[in-house]
Amino acid sequence: MGELQRTVLYDLHKEYGAKMVPFAGWDMPVQFASGVMKEHLHTRAEAGLFDVSHMAQVILRGDDAARALEALVPVDVIGLKPGRQRYAMFTTPEGGLLDDLMIANKGDHLFLVLNAARRDVDLAHLHANLSGLEVEEITGRALVALQGPKAEAVLAALNPAVRDMRFMDVADLELAGATCWVSRSGYTGEDGFEISVPNTMAPRLARALLDDPRVQPIGLGARDSLRLEAGLCLYGSDIDETTTPAEADLGWAIQKVRRPGGAREGGFPGADRILAELTDGTERRRVGLAPDGRAPMRAGTQLFADEDGAEPIGSITSGAFGPSIERPMSMGYVPAGMAKPGTRLFGDVRGKRLPVSVAELPFHPHTYKR
Amino acid sequence: MKYTEEHEWLEEADGIVTVGITAHAAEQLGDIVFVELPEAGTTVSKDDEVVVIESVKAASDILAPLDGEIVEVNDAISDDPGKVNEDPEGDAWFFKLRIEDVSVLDDLMDEAAYKAFIG
Repeated sequence: MGELQRTVLYDLHKEYGAKMVPFAGWDMPVQFASGVMKEHLHTRAEAGLFDVSHMAQVILRGDDAARALEALVPVDVIGLKPGRQRYAMFTTPEGGLLDDLMIANKGDHLFLVLNAARRDVDLAHLHANLSGLEVEEITGRALVALQGPKAEAVLAALNPAVRDMRFMDVADLELAGATCWVSRSGYTGEDGFEISVPNTMAPRLARALLDDPRVQPIGLGARDSLRLEAGLCLYGSDIDETTTPAEADLGWAIQKVRRPGGAREGGFPGADRILAELTDGTERRRVGLAPDGRAPMRAGTQLFADEDGAEPIGSITSGAFGPSIERPMSMGYVPAGMAKPGTRLFGDVRGKRLPVSVAELPFHPHTYKR
Repeated sequence: MKYTEEHEWLEEADGIVTVGITAHAAEQLGDIVFVELPEAGTTVSKDDEVVVIESVKAASDILAPLDGEIVEVNDAISDDPGKVNEDPEGDAWFFKLRIEDVSVLDDLMDEAAYKAFIG
């Protein structure tokens, strides 16, 4: 165990009463003084500020960088216009998921945001497979997310140009005296922005945002319940090297041009299996799960087809109480034949078989500004 | 009021002990979202797992602090688990336990000792 890394907003977190926990090698705020439930509800009602500086920021430069990157991801990178961002995943030769990530076209380069826990794996993967490109990890910048229905108004007070951005747009904008790389995106299901800001300027920007009475700091606890209500996957829980895009219900992220019959069909690790599964289906599928009772069904909970079934048919990969939906919620994998919303299953909670139904995702509707 | 190392408080009157969790415990657990109480009439032994509570973070067991019979449970907290965070040492008690010998309470911590215990 090495020393935990601190983001440049560490002192600010302590000032706001953060309870810190180790996360992917970083000392991160899990909650602030008001607690997970209030932080969650505040984000959905007004605006929450998240420190996500633990995530890795990478720039790819070089001739035909988009084409080169397409060899590692099943998504359309060449067709991604300047000023736009897209969800993507690195795949393994077996068709599993090495990581999920964001790719932005910044005109003369590509900008990637990677999961903190997968930084080492991803950077090694990029260096090993994109030898023709310059792969630069950006360590001089922090990353914050401002999420919620008031996010646009709050940020517009610092720079009205943010109003012109729509969901998944990216732009370089001046905010509180800093040149920021801004995208209109997030991990909560709410409208909002993710902002890459130079380390030296990050505390000043964070304070400028927190000085707005509509903004509260939000920890990793509420970040998790927000993303789960929004039906979004957490790498390492809901998706990993053993889950494929089709199993994880991420087929929407694979554009036509990379699918069978498309102009740039395949050509990424695991393409044979991944593309076949998009057509033929899979044995298991990621689904939303809504327990009948109030007891949350957490990650690792075994699922059964019957109250007295002997063999589990699947398991839960994420589970928590949803503060906005005011009931527990889970995601997990079940056989494709049991993936239809409304299908009745049972989860083993402390030795008791409790009823749970397959549910539509998201649990809470997205409010992106498209 | 008496306290256990499991962060329960106990208040005795006429051989009936009201049991809840301390404000310190509620604070440490975070927002509580689920409480499963035992049936009234259940006979319990010290350290039996009698209540399950789940916070936004994790599930925890509440242990019976003493031998006895559960004579009443507080259904208001299973209907609205958030009450445990709001008033842990008042309205949000968990259950009432009839005990044979009230002298066993003497072995538990008083408020000063509990404060020292949680540092």
